[in-house]
Amino acid sequence: MQQVYHIFKKELKAYFISPIAYIVIAIFLIATGWFFFMAFFLFDQASIRGFFAWLPIVYSFVIPAITMRLLSEEFNIGSYEILLTMPVTFADVILGKFLASVGFMVAALIPTLAYPITVSSIGQLDWGPVIGGYIGAVILAAAFCAIGLFSSSLTRNQIIAFIIGLAICFTLTLLDKMQFFFPPSLLGVLGYLGADFHFQNISKGIIDTRDLVYFFSVCFIGLYGAHLALQEKH
Amino acid sequence: MIQVENLTKYYKDLCAVNRITFDIQKGEILGLLGPNGAGKTTTLQMLTGFLQPSEGSIRVKDLSIEKDVLEIKKLLGYLPEEAPLYHDMLVYDYLSYVAEIREILKNQRLARIRQLADLCGINEVMHQPIGELSKGYKQRVGLAHAMMNDPEILVLDEPTSGLDPNQIAEIRKIIKRIGKEKTIVLSTHILSEAEATCDRNVIINQGRIVADGSADNLKKSVGQANNISLILQNADFKSIEEELASLDDIENITRIEESDRHLQVQLSCKASTDLRAAVYKRIKQTDWVLLGFHQEIQTLETIFRKLTQEN
Repeated sequence: MQQVYHIFKKELKAYFISPIAYIVIAIFLIATGWFFFMAFFLFDQASIRGFFAWLPIVYSFVIPAITMRLLSEEFNIGSYEILLTMPVTFADVILGKFLASVGFMVAALIPTLAYPITVSSIGQLDWGPVIGGYIGAVILAAAFCAIGLFSSSLTRNQIIAFIIGLAICFTLTLLDKMQFFFPPSLLGVLGYLGADFHFQNISKGIIDTRDLVYFFSVCFIGLYGAHLALQEKH
Repeated sequence: MIQVENLTKYYKDLCAVNRITFDIQKGEILGLLGPNGAGKTTTLQMLTGFLQPSEGSIRVKDLSIEKDVLEIKKLLGYLPEEAPLYHDMLVYDYLSYVAEIREILKNQRLARIRQLADLCGINEVMHQPIGELSKGYKQRVGLAHAMMNDPEILVLDEPTSGLDPNQIAEIRKIIKRIGKEKTIVLSTHILSEAEATCDRNVIINQGRIVADGSADNLKKSVGQANNISLILQNADFKSIEEELASLDDIENITRIEESDRHLQVQLSCKASTDLRAAVYKRIKQTDWVLLGFHQEIQTLETIFRKLTQEN
């Protein structure tokens, strides 16, 4: 566990010493801010549903961008040889990096707290869905980070890792919106597989175990896939 | 200290390392020699637990690499080829990260990093990003990394490749210094390096061990070439032949080079006799001027060539 913490700390620091972190956060804030305020004044409602509605799409682009380097870069410069000959297990490496990327996304979410605070100062904001939404936002970020980490474990090229991660996250987000393409017998399953469907449940303030089970399964599958990929190289 | 038995590694169908068996004693500096692609790096990577052997076993002390790989990693320090380090980290940050992972106690970390910085001579670059360092400094940072936990066994993959002669001399000095207390395994294809630093050499070719022993033993095992080379002035080849042919053990006299000023000849002698004294006595009786006189020694280079080019 100690090793996970050391790797986590190092990776988180690595994000913030490079300019990429600030660029990504800036893009994230601009995108979410624009999507949110675009519709906010039209609805004339004191809620930040609009912010959470767009979050999965924005995540699908932003998260693969921050996770793409986690393992690909190590493969590319060869530093994973050094990392893996130190007394750490694959699980330590993967968990440390995973938690660092989640930590980074939490850091990116913190400035967005300005939206509910602003809204609450001009109207009656119901804090229940906001808290639920933020919990959901962190869990969704974790699931996408696991996917991003998995795609990063597949290749030494960061751009390929980004595209694979983007493709998977984007598909999961849009899956339940494309149900009319599929035969009716599959609809139940596909609806359940869509990340957006589960996320919107949580962001209404309803924390259902089914949604939690979904996100934890996605995390687990992503991390386990990365674990298998590392083992394969070993 | 380390026992390697029947170690084999396949990359898909390619056999990179083929049933290698050797032992490494405590306190020994072992050189792994071989041409490029011979399987040196693969062997070291298996030794450090980075790659899993396809077959065979590695035992370090009483630990086997399959079960106790984490324990073995704690005993080892490893410097991969080219020292692949994180480019955007500062040297100091990097070393403290390694110190943390290597479980150095918090109150000893700074002292340990200082000590290593002195040992490896990286004091002046501690606050530079690793990516901006010259190759020599990178290699030294890698060395500091490998020695962080004061490992009992140090594994170095081509520690001096790409360095300039001064840096090579310095790294060798460091290796020698550490090697007094530690067990060191290093791979190289620079033979003079192996001869200068290693107690024992294992020569690998195409994944197999072709020779194993100290540099002296290797030379003996290949068969001693027993040639004496002479550079003389004021002498002609004919008179040399006449004078020296009468010595019993000389088999052949050949002219190597002849110029106005001097004449170089080579005397090939029967193996296992040292004729230098006898030859010198004969020359002393003549009025030749002796400019050069040496017994040709079988170098590690010729042995290496012989062993790795045969097949």
